[in-house]
Amino acid sequence: MPNTYQIVVCGGIVPNPLQSLEPVMGPTGPALKNEMMLPAVLDPWAWHALFEAADLARRHPGSKVWLVSMSPKAKLQQVMMSVAQKAAFDLVVVDGPATGFVDAAETAGALANAVKAIPGLDPAQLLLFGGWQSASRGTGAVLQMIGEILGIDEQFQGVDRLSIDDSGTLEILERIEGGAWQKSRCNGAPAVLGWATGNLPEPPNNPQIGMQNMRTIMPALQRATPAALKGDGPTYDSVESPKQRRETRVETEMNTDAIADEITAWLKG
Amino acid sequence: MDDKVLWIGFTDENGSLDKPSLEALTATRTIAEGIDGELAIGLVGGSVDAAAAQIGGAGATRVVALAGEAWAAPRYASDTAACAQIARTVDAGIVVATAGSRFNRVCAGLAQRLGGAVDTQITDILVENGALSVSRWFYRQRMIGKLQRTVRPWVLSIASGSFVPCEAGDATVTPIEIEGFESRTEVLGVEAGTGGSQTIRPDAETLLVAGAGWTKKQADGEVHTDDAASIILEFVESNRASLGSSKSMVDLATEGQAVLPFLTHLHQIGQTGASPRHAKGLSTCCHGEEPHAVGWRFINERRAINTDANCGWAQGKADVLYVADAFEVMKKVNERLAD
Repeated sequence: MPNTYQIVVCGGIVPNPLQSLEPVMGPTGPALKNEMMLPAVLDPWAWHALFEAADLARRHPGSKVWLVSMSPKAKLQQVMMSVAQKAAFDLVVVDGPATGFVDAAETAGALANAVKAIPGLDPAQLLLFGGWQSASRGTGAVLQMIGEILGIDEQFQGVDRLSIDDSGTLEILERIEGGAWQKSRCNGAPAVLGWATGNLPEPPNNPQIGMQNMRTIMPALQRATPAALKGDGPTYDSVESPKQRRETRVETEMNTDAIADEITAWLKG
Repeated sequence: MDDKVLWIGFTDENGSLDKPSLEALTATRTIAEGIDGELAIGLVGGSVDAAAAQIGGAGATRVVALAGEAWAAPRYASDTAACAQIARTVDAGIVVATAGSRFNRVCAGLAQRLGGAVDTQITDILVENGALSVSRWFYRQRMIGKLQRTVRPWVLSIASGSFVPCEAGDATVTPIEIEGFESRTEVLGVEAGTGGSQTIRPDAETLLVAGAGWTKKQADGEVHTDDAASIILEFVESNRASLGSSKSMVDLATEGQAVLPFLTHLHQIGQTGASPRHAKGLSTCCHGEEPHAVGWRFINERRAINTDANCGWAQGKADVLYVADAFEVMKKVNERLAD
């Protein structure tokens, strides 16, 4: 019997990494200056997780992918214009802040409720994907907490490869220290996989998939419910950008020998 | 409960604790002393005998352990159960461990299970008037925040390199029991990520970063990937350096272009890569664009070799930028290091 999976990818949006970011303290805590004006992208590790989910669904016919995101829906709609052409998925939206200063537990609670509310979701077929950390808060906490709320004890973080054999056994490589992977075997779904970069290149744009996705994305955005956040997170004493601009000495006239001498002396010093 | 500060150490295959774990123990002592609290220690691993000889100097009032085959391998179900049991046994208000892959896998799940909160990759600790604040980076090392919480238990993971390791000394360990846990996961072992050649060395003094320029056409109009590979590996071996790369470099492999065979995504430094800690970093054939340079936050001294005098490294990101051909320079550096 073929293995089919219900793959739920959790991922928020973050400012485009090329943007300069400046923190500001507001009445409710820290935020990014002009946050709503900054161009956004899907979080890079969730982006990899989405590619891996789409590839897995393609290799296991009958499988399905959902992308569950807590983000301001107007910003998410812009991001979906590019994401939608990359992979086939159904979108589930929780309308809420995507800032890195919201507590991971609050985000996890809102996302877990959204996952539980997906119609027809079968826990026995569930593979919960996401990034192993975000490019905003960067705690690596949200996915673990969703897994814990959903009662999933088979969790893997820093995943670079998932293989599934005919019996449905998962073989997983997780990043560990010193440039190595831990290899584990898990006898099937449900499981939580926090992806690192994986192995897949970014898929090319596929306008057909984009058109198909947009038919469900727009209603999903309209249906989005506001996140019920209690504001139970930490109290921030300060958030600041480090002043680390260096006085760079640019050597354009040194010959190769002189450069090699200087670098060698520096390395040995 | 609030004044009980628990440090958890996972032992290695020899039953010992690694340096980052002992650094986290120092951080835990700092918290316990600052809030006038009680320090407890929990050990988890296949065996804990060697570890017991490393922690006596910490001044813990209680040392408990879960030792045996079930706790030898890093695995979510067993490690979360073990940490939760230890935290409940000592009634911990604050739980601390090093931010290694093993605790990173479980710390948030542990906080959720205990009904607490979690903050990870802590780089500094401050206690003022008995109130604990911790510092951590946000937005991929672009900004640092100092924060407090009233929720307990508060689970903290400590970034390696942020504290000095705790001194050694013998401790008396009390084994504790735990009800069984269920897991469908079997840990099979460790797979080297660099084709058998160990080029990622977190403890190295120097980081060498190889950018995509190594695989581009050179002045003679040809690609010299084999030369590039031998120059880079010779430097890394002779200098006992750690090797990193830019995202564009490792992405070449998935795009079917000429690549350096020993580079993987594990080497990647930057936005979706690592932010290692080394005293010195030398960037070669890499433009130093912002998404890459954020991975250099914890590199103290930075030099770069690039043929473009206007590259990102020149914009206040490196101490020295040498505008030169990295092939020629690094060959000569290797010759000098060999001497």
